[in-house]
Amino acid sequence: MTDQSLIRARGLVKRFGDFTAVDGIDLDVARGEAFGFLGPNGAGKSSTMRMIGCVSTPTAGELSILGLDPVKDGTRIRSRLGVCPQLDNLDPDLTVRENLTTYARYFGISRAAAKQRALELLEFVQLADRAESKVEPLSGGMKRRLTIARAMVNEPELVLLDEPTTGLDPQARHLLWERLFRLKQQGVTLVLTTHYMDEAEQLCDRLVVMDAGKIVAEGSPRALIETYSTREVVELRFGESPLEGFRDKLVGIGERTDVLPDRVLLYADDGDAAVNEVHRRELAPSGVLVRRSTLEDVFLHLTGRTLVD
Amino acid sequence: MVTTLVASAVTRPGVAPVRVGAVVNRNMGALRSGASYWLVLISGFFEPVFYLLSIGIGVGALVGDITLVDGQVLPYATFVAPAMLATSAMNGAMAETTFNFFFKFKYAKTYDAVLSTPVRPIEIALGELVWAMMRGSVYTAVFLGVMVVMKLTTIGWALAAFPATMLVGFAFGAVGMIFTTLMRGWQDFDLMATAQFALFLFSATFAPIQNYPVVFQWIIQLTPLYHAVEMVRDLTTGHPDWGTAVHALYLVVMMAVGLYFTGRRLERMLLK
Repeated sequence: MTDQSLIRARGLVKRFGDFTAVDGIDLDVARGEAFGFLGPNGAGKSSTMRMIGCVSTPTAGELSILGLDPVKDGTRIRSRLGVCPQLDNLDPDLTVRENLTTYARYFGISRAAAKQRALELLEFVQLADRAESKVEPLSGGMKRRLTIARAMVNEPELVLLDEPTTGLDPQARHLLWERLFRLKQQGVTLVLTTHYMDEAEQLCDRLVVMDAGKIVAEGSPRALIETYSTREVVELRFGESPLEGFRDKLVGIGERTDVLPDRVLLYADDGDAAVNEVHRRELAPSGVLVRRSTLEDVFLHLTGRTLVD
Repeated sequence: MVTTLVASAVTRPGVAPVRVGAVVNRNMGALRSGASYWLVLISGFFEPVFYLLSIGIGVGALVGDITLVDGQVLPYATFVAPAMLATSAMNGAMAETTFNFFFKFKYAKTYDAVLSTPVRPIEIALGELVWAMMRGSVYTAVFLGVMVVMKLTTIGWALAAFPATMLVGFAFGAVGMIFTTLMRGWQDFDLMATAQFALFLFSATFAPIQNYPVVFQWIIQLTPLYHAVEMVRDLTTGHPDWGTAVHALYLVVMMAVGLYFTGRRLERMLLK
């Protein structure tokens, strides 16, 4: 795997003063893979992405990108990367088309080639009709698409996407996912961070869950669910609160219970059997929902329910 | 020493002219697509012309001719005009590398996106400096034209003075960029504006420095605009000598130091 690895990290650390943002992580991302970083805010995802993007120097550990050393060969690595940052940093002084052509020039792409490339990319992200518009009036989804088009301007081998669909409406997200999926089919390696579980399940072949600067789990979405959750989850609602008292009453049903303010989650491999047992104990829930486990369950199990900002 | 500094500032990270050009290209694009920017540009031109007309011509009528230390006798307007020219080159370059540069990297986050490309911080700095020079050169060229028309210099000496004004712009632009990387907020610009204005008033602009007490003369001779004014004046009045070369050397060193520290500061600030 090592010689195939587009990204390889061993004991990678990033400190800001005495705050440790990334605390010794190991990574291997293979060519053509879609790899995800999952984790709450402040888990160290963006710091890791910035180190991979060669705009932040690792404090300690080994890191190699495309087989090169990011400290020595930052320029060469960046010329082969596409970066879509968390916040759109499009150039408000330029038009949609100029945002692409100007950016292409930073990669040393000729004026004529840049023009041609901009045309193709605007088609690809469905913004051809807005080519001469300024950036400001574009919707959030359009700006995101333009940022992704901009990241593709140098035909990168590796594209880094930091929370690509945060803040977008469902239509815009689905359009973006579809475009990203097409890039993946073209053989582009995608590395993304997200805290949307559905996004990780949709896009990632493999992902790591980060918490407090460390990797706490790694695997395919399916494998993570199998390892860290049960096959099914039963959501029970009762007409009363607090629900804390139900914890004891549900002991022995499923593998684990999670009492939330508005509902109780029962983790069980056979959801229907668990529901039958609840009824047999005459607990009379006012609402019952049996669903498949999702990455969200894994995520909340691993990183806790405490709000992190 | 100077060449080493320039060399290490420029070649250390392997500066590519194509990428410096791409940064300039970005600014040209921004200029094309915004009318407001043109207004800022035009306003920068009138200031020195107004000073020349009010003080050079107006006050000059009261002052008459003045005699320099080397015995040259000049009409007052001829004495003041090169000082306005040098100041205009300073202000034009610094407006770009301080105010506009600060806005771009603190607020517009223009460079955040650029840093993800092969472009290096020093290339951004050089690109902005070249751009500042292009802007400053428009002012100085027009102002030199005005001087020729008003018979304050000849066409030949105006052509000789033009590259000198570019050196002035490079030197002040480069040092301005260091200040920008040290600015905590907009309030610091007031300090800088005050310093610029003090330089403007005392750097042998309106009166030869021999008019001041000796201690002041020494202080003035340490400050940069004095050297810029004297160098440009030697040329527009047609009297270059070895002193002119010393003034030029001062500005070359200033530019080298400016570029060197700007490159280092930017790398530290932007590549956290």
